[in-house]
Amino acid sequence: MEFFDRFAVPHPSPAIYASMVAISLTALAVIAGLTHFKKWGYLWREWLTTVDHKRIGIMYLISALLMLFRGGVDAIMLRAQLATPDAKLLDAQHYNEIFTTHGVVMILFMAMPFIMALMNFVVPLQIGARDVAFPRLNALSFWLFFMGAMLFNISFVVGGSPDAGWTSYFPLAGNDFSTSVGTNYYMIAIQIAGIGTLMTGINFMTTILKMRAPGMTMMKMPMFTWSSLVANLIIVFAFPVLTVALAMGTMDRLFGTNFFTTDNGGMDMLWANLFWVWGHPEVYILILPAFGIYSEIISTFARRNLYGYKSMVYSMVVIAAYSFLVWAHHFFTMGQGALTNSIFSITTMAIAVPTGVKIFNWLFTLYKGKIEFTTPMLYAILFIPLFTLGGVTGVMLAMSAADYQYHNTMFLVAHFHNVIIPGVVFAMLAGLTYYWPKMFGFMLNEKIGKWTAWLLSIGFILAFMPMYITGLDGQARRMYTYSESTGFGPLNMVSFIGAAIMGIGFILIVYNIYYSTRYASRDISADPWDARTLEWATHTPVPEYNFAAVPQADSIEPLWDAKKKGHVLFKDKFEKIHMPNNSGMPFIIGCIFFAWGFSFVFGLWVPLIITTIGIFVTMALRSFEKDHGHYISVEKIEETETKLRGAK
Amino acid sequence: MKIDNSLPLEYSTEENRLKILGFWIFLGAEIMLFGTLFASYFTLVDRTAGGPTGAEIFEITPVLIETIVLLTSSFTIGLGIHAMRLGKQKAMMIFFGITLLLGLGFLSVEIYEFIHYVHIGAGLQTSAFTSILLTTLGTHGAHVTLGLFWGLFIMLQIKKRGLTPETANKSFIFSLYWHFLDVVWIFIFSFVYLKGMM
Repeated sequence: MEFFDRFAVPHPSPAIYASMVAISLTALAVIAGLTHFKKWGYLWREWLTTVDHKRIGIMYLISALLMLFRGGVDAIMLRAQLATPDAKLLDAQHYNEIFTTHGVVMILFMAMPFIMALMNFVVPLQIGARDVAFPRLNALSFWLFFMGAMLFNISFVVGGSPDAGWTSYFPLAGNDFSTSVGTNYYMIAIQIAGIGTLMTGINFMTTILKMRAPGMTMMKMPMFTWSSLVANLIIVFAFPVLTVALAMGTMDRLFGTNFFTTDNGGMDMLWANLFWVWGHPEVYILILPAFGIYSEIISTFARRNLYGYKSMVYSMVVIAAYSFLVWAHHFFTMGQGALTNSIFSITTMAIAVPTGVKIFNWLFTLYKGKIEFTTPMLYAILFIPLFTLGGVTGVMLAMSAADYQYHNTMFLVAHFHNVIIPGVVFAMLAGLTYYWPKMFGFMLNEKIGKWTAWLLSIGFILAFMPMYITGLDGQARRMYTYSESTGFGPLNMVSFIGAAIMGIGFILIVYNIYYSTRYASRDISADPWDARTLEWATHTPVPEYNFAAVPQADSIEPLWDAKKKGHVLFKDKFEKIHMPNNSGMPFIIGCIFFAWGFSFVFGLWVPLIITTIGIFVTMALRSFEKDHGHYISVEKIEETETKLRGAK
Repeated sequence: MKIDNSLPLEYSTEENRLKILGFWIFLGAEIMLFGTLFASYFTLVDRTAGGPTGAEIFEITPVLIETIVLLTSSFTIGLGIHAMRLGKQKAMMIFFGITLLLGLGFLSVEIYEFIHYVHIGAGLQTSAFTSILLTTLGTHGAHVTLGLFWGLFIMLQIKKRGLTPETANKSFIFSLYWHFLDVVWIFIFSFVYLKGMM
């Protein structure tokens, strides 16, 4: 029995047992459903083995929405526990686990895949390419992310969740203070997903640099493509730092090394530094593509070209450079001295300048525009003031002397939610609504969509504005309860109500998807928003090969020119198109990585060695495999094109 | 597949050009990986916690052998790629074979070195210094090990399929990888060993 003890949850509660039952039942229902409707073959052929960037994008999207609810349930539990003083809903350990998984899931397994979803679906279409540079690597990226996310998510029913915060600072995250396997899950699951993300970074940089349509020079790329290029550049340079930090943390916990320990020369602050050398660029990996989405949406619905295109590009490049120079502002109070703190204060405040440039560019794009208040535009309009507020509190936090008051209080929690929710989450929901017709061939309901946007905004304000006040009054973050005499009670109750309203907003998104799937008209044009860039120049649904003929792009807005100035998008006759073959290998490698990670978490050395060998064997097999893809013939293209044109 | 004959074989198709650029970007990520290891090494180098210091455990002879062997292997793979560009498959195979043998030689000396360190009480768990020393060296060594298998597989493919745009592309990318490992070693030699022995 001793062997199996390690898989038990160290702090079981009825909620966890209920979750185990729910997970098992859901898994059984999915398996039964697939078998009953004979969909296993379909699932394997069309999805698990696909290398099509559009389908991979949709798989990222589904994962992101699932994780949004996983992280959202965590959030509601946290707010419910804090809603009243001395509440007994969660104990301290359970609370620690929940805020840890909430942070990791929301940043790495919700926001990241959401961005990957839009990047995957949109970027190749926006630059007029047939796929990404390395389609099979793209599938592998997805499966590594997915398996990493799954490994992280099973932690709360097998062995216990990580409980040292999403920052997982040592020595708290070391063996002495985090005795369960939870932090092993953290180290290894994020490692697996991180390798996938690094591959995506390489893949998309190559794609954007080399595969643009003829005529599309760097300074004619659509803004979302530019933001993706810069974000992927940051990925390539930031993620290896995380790889090393996580490897060292894993070795400290499992092999007894002394990187971050407090004896034998180890240095706990090394972890904090390495974590934030990755962690701060990471927030720009999230926000830059969000800025890109807003730029597309604002320009489309203000019916004007984007104001200050060049300054938008340069400000993003400057933000990317600065993002690597500010990491120490996350621990001003942790002893590096006045000079270092002053330097990092200044670099941090300096980031507000290029960000401010972008805000003004959006405002000038709106100025004198014929604004159309669609759901995506509503999110964008709500984003500007809310995000600016978050930016201003960011500058407050950047002042290192003042930070001694704010550090580790709810003020900080309010700040970063204030930039991430209106910044990233609203952008992703706006992007989801905006690109939904291109993905699925029908539009999401506008009325429900606008209700959602307003509920989320009001809920957001109610949930997070009170935290600024309680934070300044001294309410510490990550404390599972507080006494009534602190007077934090009423404002925390307001936060809980706000969180609940946001919860309703997120449920409305699912309802909207259900409602629109059932009732929305399938008879929509390929360009339902009257947009400006190439992704709207192909059919809906997008054919496998994206564009039958390679489009010609002579300006930033080739489709708008085609509509208004007589620019000819497609000059060429059809030619046979080379496409990559599907492959089961990425999924299989993903599965082996899952088994590898699980063995590693629990220190099961024999399975670990077997799966390690398995990973290298699959890589070797791939090396020897001959796969030159296949061609789609001209007749087949003409047939598809006629069919898609006829559908209009 | 469109083959552009005005370019060297490894660059001759669109797919090949994409792969070479992608690999350069990957090497950028690798620079960050080793950069992080070096930064951590410099942070922890004096934190020996009563255990041995670099000056006490480093020995110049095996390190010099490793350096000479690895630098030579970088030269021979360069000759191999030169032979490939001239279309001389046999010469190329010989140079690749020598490269891999030299790589194996490097690895053998490094394994000896590791055993020696553990033997004299400088194991992975001894101190922060030994942890980061062995991790940095080990990461480089693991890259060389992976390279040995990779190079061997590429040689087998060339033997079977001859010099095609695909195999030439793989060989060229492998040579980039191998040169990169050499550059990393130069930093290890200068800033870990020589600086440590001073």
